[in-house]
Amino acid sequence: MRGLRKRFLDIARQEEVIALDGIDLEIGDNEFLMVLGPSGCGKTTLLNIVASFETATGGEVRVDGEPVRKPGPDRGVVFQEYALFPWLTVQQNVEFGLRERGTPRSERKERVRRQIASVGLSGFERRYPHELSGGMRQRVALARVLVNDPKILLMDEPFAALDAQTRSMMQQELLGVWSAERRTAIFITHNIEEAILLGDRVVVMTARPGRIKEIVAIELPRPRDVTSAEFNEIRRRIGALLEDEVQAAFAATRVQGGPMQ
Amino acid sequence: MTAVPVAALAASLNAGRIVASVYLALRRVAGPVIVVVLWHLASTRGWVDQRFVPSPLTVMRALQEWMFGPTAANPYSGTWFAHAANSAYRVLVGFLIAAALGVTLGCLIGWFRFVSDLVDPVIQVLRPIPITAWVPFAVIFFGIRDGSAFFLIALGAFFPVVVNTAAGVAGTPKLLVRAARMLGIRPYMLLPRVVLPAAMPFIFTGLRLGMGLAWVLVIVAEMMAVKSGLGFAMWDAYYFLRLDIIIAAMLSVGALGFVSDLIIRLVGRRFLRWSRGL
Repeated sequence: MRGLRKRFLDIARQEEVIALDGIDLEIGDNEFLMVLGPSGCGKTTLLNIVASFETATGGEVRVDGEPVRKPGPDRGVVFQEYALFPWLTVQQNVEFGLRERGTPRSERKERVRRQIASVGLSGFERRYPHELSGGMRQRVALARVLVNDPKILLMDEPFAALDAQTRSMMQQELLGVWSAERRTAIFITHNIEEAILLGDRVVVMTARPGRIKEIVAIELPRPRDVTSAEFNEIRRRIGALLEDEVQAAFAATRVQGGPMQ
Repeated sequence: MTAVPVAALAASLNAGRIVASVYLALRRVAGPVIVVVLWHLASTRGWVDQRFVPSPLTVMRALQEWMFGPTAANPYSGTWFAHAANSAYRVLVGFLIAAALGVTLGCLIGWFRFVSDLVDPVIQVLRPIPITAWVPFAVIFFGIRDGSAFFLIALGAFFPVVVNTAAGVAGTPKLLVRAARMLGIRPYMLLPRVVLPAAMPFIFTGLRLGMGLAWVLVIVAEMMAVKSGLGFAMWDAYYFLRLDIIIAAMLSVGALGFVSDLIIRLVGRRFLRWSRGL
């Protein structure tokens, strides 16, 4: 019921640069999909098109059979830079979408309270974003999106700005929240370990122009052990796939003739 | 055995904190005090001509008479509060007009390219014109009345408000607009619920600059276009060579300007609690 169908999501052209070149993707209900690729491969563009922040120059994106038109809470986005409203408290940030929708006050308060508790921030309702750490801010961002009960959860490298320990905790946190209330999720990352840890399937993308190189299904049961042999076998496989693309992406940014030839 | 040293340590830490804050307060007062001392010396020791630079004590005495003396005695006795009230009233009205127009127009200019293209060039051309150049125009149009003062003050204070507001609005982080759209904000709510709050720090900067300018301009306006107020008194005192009154008037305006700026800053602090961390 909450499936996403991306039929021939095609070229997104910016100044004659082809960011995405023919993406065909079908995502199942409540599937946790990882999109993995080198810098500049168009993965953020992909997410932006699904979120309707950008329009595709060819092809279309459909959710439950309906094409997406404008941004909305049905496709909630968690941004890398949090994007919390700094003049609002945690509570006010989380209830923003509900307020706009005209949800009655009592229902609103209750839903917000529960959602804030679900991300482990009870007691912080009256704090301002600048008083919170990076991990806490991202949890607020997550709550803000989830409280609107989105069909799809979109996350654009949400943990990239966090230190390694916090990132690890947040990954566990996210898995916990997602397991409690399953929904379709698309998670952008450039970190192989993160992709295998979290995702049901990993879409490996090529360097620009972005295409799907391969889709790897992760059959391991959760919670996944990063040190296990199976995990690392997959990691090696994906690493090999990614290696060429990373080289290509890097080469595209270098001009000939440096000492690092 | 350990309780006594701990208590002593706490006491000395507290004492240290008090000493520190007294020291800091003294530091901030020291500048003006030094200036006044030098002024006093310069005047009484004859470093400058005493006729042209009355000593601080002379000025204080003149101010005291101006504020609390019997009103019938002479034009500079007991009339301070009336003059000050006049000036403050003009500043307030002029400033409020400038604030209302400046913030509104600034929002439109900052948000709608169409408005910016049409209106901004006009503003940029008018802005460098000194307000004194507008005085004859004001007097012709409004006469020697409060209307002239309101016009001149509002005109001058308008520019910093509109420019800063426009900058704040235009500089709204695109990411926040995206986030709001994603959360389902109704398009006409974007400005009040996202853009305006985000631009508040800039708007307050503009308001502070506008207020400061308003006090400068009220003196200008009162020197030329009206017949009451501290500026008028200052100009009038010049004819009577009451330099002590002139300096007293200058200090009065400085103090009133300081207080109004403080008020804006305190109001701003309440609205801008969230930006302290930035």
